[in-house]
Formats: sequence, structure tokens, C-alpha cells
Amino acid sequence: MAETAVTTRLKKLINTPETEVKDALAGMAAAHGDLIRVEYDPNVIIRKDAPKKGKVGLVSGGGSGHEPMHGGYVGLGMLDAACPGAVFTSPTPDQMARATAAVDGGAGVLHIVKNYTGDIMNFEMAAELARGEGAKVNAVITNDDVAVQDSLYTAGRRGVGVTVLLEKIVGGCAEAGADLETVTTLAKKVNANGRSMGMALTSCIVPAAGKVTFEIADDEMELGIGIHGEPGRERTKLKSADEIAEILTSTVVKDLPYKRGDEVLAFVNGMGGTPLIELYVVANAVNRYLQKEGIKPTRWLVGSYITSLEMAGCSVTLLKLDAETTKFWDAPVHTPALRWKV
Amino acid sequence: MAVTTAQIYGWLERYAGIVAEQKKYLTGLDAAIGDGDHGINMDRGFQTVLVKLAPVRDKDAGTLLKTTGMALVGSVGGAGGPLYGTFFLRAGAALDGKAEVSDKDLVGALEAGLKGVVERGKANRNDKTMVDALAPAIERARQYVDEGAPLEEALAAAADAAEEGMKATIPLKALKGRASYLGDRSIGHQDPGATSSYLMLRALSDSLASVPQQAKTATS
Repeated sequence: MAETAVTTRLKKLINTPETEVKDALAGMAAAHGDLIRVEYDPNVIIRKDAPKKGKVGLVSGGGSGHEPMHGGYVGLGMLDAACPGAVFTSPTPDQMARATAAVDGGAGVLHIVKNYTGDIMNFEMAAELARGEGAKVNAVITNDDVAVQDSLYTAGRRGVGVTVLLEKIVGGCAEAGADLETVTTLAKKVNANGRSMGMALTSCIVPAAGKVTFEIADDEMELGIGIHGEPGRERTKLKSADEIAEILTSTVVKDLPYKRGDEVLAFVNGMGGTPLIELYVVANAVNRYLQKEGIKPTRWLVGSYITSLEMAGCSVTLLKLDAETTKFWDAPVHTPALRWKV
Repeated sequence: MAVTTAQIYGWLERYAGIVAEQKKYLTGLDAAIGDGDHGINMDRGFQTVLVKLAPVRDKDAGTLLKTTGMALVGSVGGAGGPLYGTFFLRAGAALDGKAEVSDKDLVGALEAGLKGVVERGKANRNDKTMVDALAPAIERARQYVDEGAPLEEALAAAADAAEEGMKATIPLKALKGRASYLGDRSIGHQDPGATSSYLMLRALSDSLASVPQQAKTATS
């Protein structure tokens, strides 16, 4: 069959594009049955012990292809449920409505939504459905990508790296028993204090599309990419890791702006096809830049945590920390993709 | 002149076929300025629509359209799911319980659908979205029907207006949706959502034109 021939040529570890998400969900259920349970049609990854009575439920979701986000963050101290859509396609309202019902322990549910047109609309429809069933639902929208102008002339900044940090910090807060308003306020604070920018060395292939989303020459890079293989703002000749790290970090620093004396969480993220050694090369340059500016990176996260399939490249996220956010970042977490102090 | 439930079904079935046929084309348009999944998502959605319509195809027009809307909301994802889903849900609500649909009913349903799309997506005209095809088309249909033109003619004129609107998105800079991230780089590309909306209205026009209004449509 033609489909099979294409798949083989693309050299992806899939069976068919149509079954990829479900096959992967079944794999997650098999590997992490101690932490999560998986429901199908609608597809939802749910924390094994949900709903927890009296705890605010945290629900996120988005297109698949960004693993470990979001399903990998379901568990103690982070999300209560995640809704995986098709690859790079937002999930549907029935998924979020089911997730909301499954994790509502009576204290309300917070939807964590990345600022993409489709995600916003599907979560809005889901919140309408859930509220119709009597649930108390708040939503927070992440929009930390400095590569997009936040203006009337765009759909607004995209939600990228800060989403991961927010899910961890707000998850710690919800686990500690805070109420829905407190959790929502903290979520907004985290988003307001975080900024990100990404770049790509290569494009990626959505299996169902069967070809690269954008062409890029061997000696070029794309600055300001999002996490869906969508092209960025600027195409330039490839530069060294130090130069790339400085472009990303300085753009992020100037945007908030982060100031001398600020304590930050520095998050160097891989886009899916970049090895960890290269991310540490970038982290070294990010650290050097921050030290030079008098900004103190007191916490770090380095690895591929919000990805764009097999895209090579990285993003740099900074989050200004205070006592509250630091405490909840440090709090115990036990999920398929993040685990400490447990 | 009244539109039968069978003709409404015929429209949806015809459009599902066109989406399947044009899947690669729509996805290609989306890859240029979006994330390259519009045709894939719409095809998944309309294949689901056909499955969900099968048990209700003899019901009233409102049920057919609302079933279509729910199927799209639950299967398309992205922006297309809520937008096309809302279009059909609102259009269906406007035709609740109607086994026969008058010309004005049908145009009113299209208007209700468009209103839903605008509320859900908050797009204005010339933002380079599906509204650029839908809005001028449905306006023209209203104008023709109000002037007493036959529905067939009104819908053909509407499809022409949608086609013009679709083509007019090419020089526009996208102000909504993922294409807006590209800024000026979105200029020169035809909007995929406007394209699928044009195809939807052309399918409506063709499905009513190719079937004599009085005759029963084969339903095997």
C-alpha cells in the first residue's frame, strides 16, 4: 500500500499514522500504570488516584507530538489529567469535559491552556460543557513566546516552555491543598513572570502529512519557531551554539525584562531531535550570559520536555522566581517524566 | 421552493467526498502558513460525520446539521473543530424540527452558523480566515433570496462570492490563527479555512442544483 511505502521511507517508529496516538497511550499505560490510567474515546490520561477529595484538579492538554508534555506530567504534584489530541492538533471538548469530570474532587478544576487558537476554542467549549454539569472551572492561558508580537495583529504569543514550569509549580500548590482561586492566581503569576524563545535546526514530519512541514537548508536555522513545526520569524545562516544561546537568552531577558539581582529558573529545552550534550553546551552559554547580566539562575531544568516531534533545536525559558514559586518548584513530584523528592 | 432533508443529507455527503478528495490540497495550503493538518483534520471529521449521520439521516434538517456539528466538535480538533462544529450546531438549531426547509429558512440557518463562527473565533473580515469566504457568500445568498431569486441561483451566486472571498485572502496578512505568527510571510498564500468554507458552499450549491427539487433523492 502507498501509505505503508511512505511510512517506511519516513523511517518513523510507527505502525500507521492513524494509530500512533492510541498505540503510544497504550504504551504509557503499560509503562506507568502505577501513576496513571488511560481512557480511550475520548482519550484522557488520568492520575491513578484521581479524583482526590478536596484537591483542586489540574487539567491540561494539547496536540500530541510534544511528549513528554502533557501526559508525562500527570501524577503526584503536577497534573491530574491530560488530554492528547491528534499530532499537533488540539484535543476536542469531549476530552477535556471527561477529564474535568474525572478529576473534580469538589474543589474545582483549573484548565491550563496554551495560547493557540484551536486550544483556546476547544477548552472554552469544554469549560462551557463542564460548567453546565455543575463543575467549577477556571482557566489560565500560557503565552510566553517572545518570538511572536503580542498585538492586535496576531493571535497573541504562543504558550511554550513556561507551560511545563507552570504545571509543576501550580501542581505543587494544588497538592498542598490550596483553593481554586489561590491556584489560579499563582498560575497567572507564573505565566506573567516567564518568557521563552526557540529555534530550529531542522523541521519535522507530521506522520499523517508525510512530509516535512517546512524546508530548511543544511546551513540555515529558523529563529522564533513554535512547537508545531510552524515556521518562525527569521531565517538565518547557522551560527555557533554560543551565539544562538546568546540571541535566545538576550531576547528573553530584554522582554520581561529580567534585571540584575533577579533569581530565575533557567530552562534549556530540546525540541525532540537534539541530544542532551548539545543542550548542556547551550546551558553553559545561557549561564555565562546570565552571570554577565547579574541574573542569578538558582534553579535549572535541562532536557527535552516540550518537543516538536523529531525537530532539532532548542528553546530557552526564564522564569523569575520568588519564595512561593521556588518552594512549589522544589516540592515533591512523581510523574512519568519528572520525579524528585519522592 | 423547499429543500428536503434528503437534499441536506446530500450536501453533507457531497462535501465529505470533496474534503476527502481535496485532503492533500487543503493540508498543503495549511503547511504553507499554518501547521499542515487542515485537510487531514477535516477529512477525519467528515468521515465521522458520515458514520454519525447514518442512523439519523431520515430525521429533520435540524437533527442532521446538529449531528454534523457534534461529530465535528468531537473529532476534528484544532481550530477547525470548534469553528465548523459551531457553524453546523447553530445552523441546526435554526432549523430545529423542520422536515422541509424554505429558502429563507436555509439562508437564515447559514447566517446563524456564520454568527456562531464569528463569536467563537472572534475574526473580522480581512483577517484571512474562513469568515472571508463565508460572510460575503451568505450575504449574497440573503440578498438574492430577499429579491425573490430562486434558491438555486442564490446559492450559486453565494458559492461564487465565497470563491472570490477565498481568492481575496491571498494578498492578505493573517491576523488570526496560527498563520498570524508569520506576519508578512503569510502574504501571498490562500487561507486554508477560507478554501474549505468555499468548498462547503460550492457543495451546497451543486447538491441542490443537481437534484430536481420535486424528485425524491435516492436514499439507498
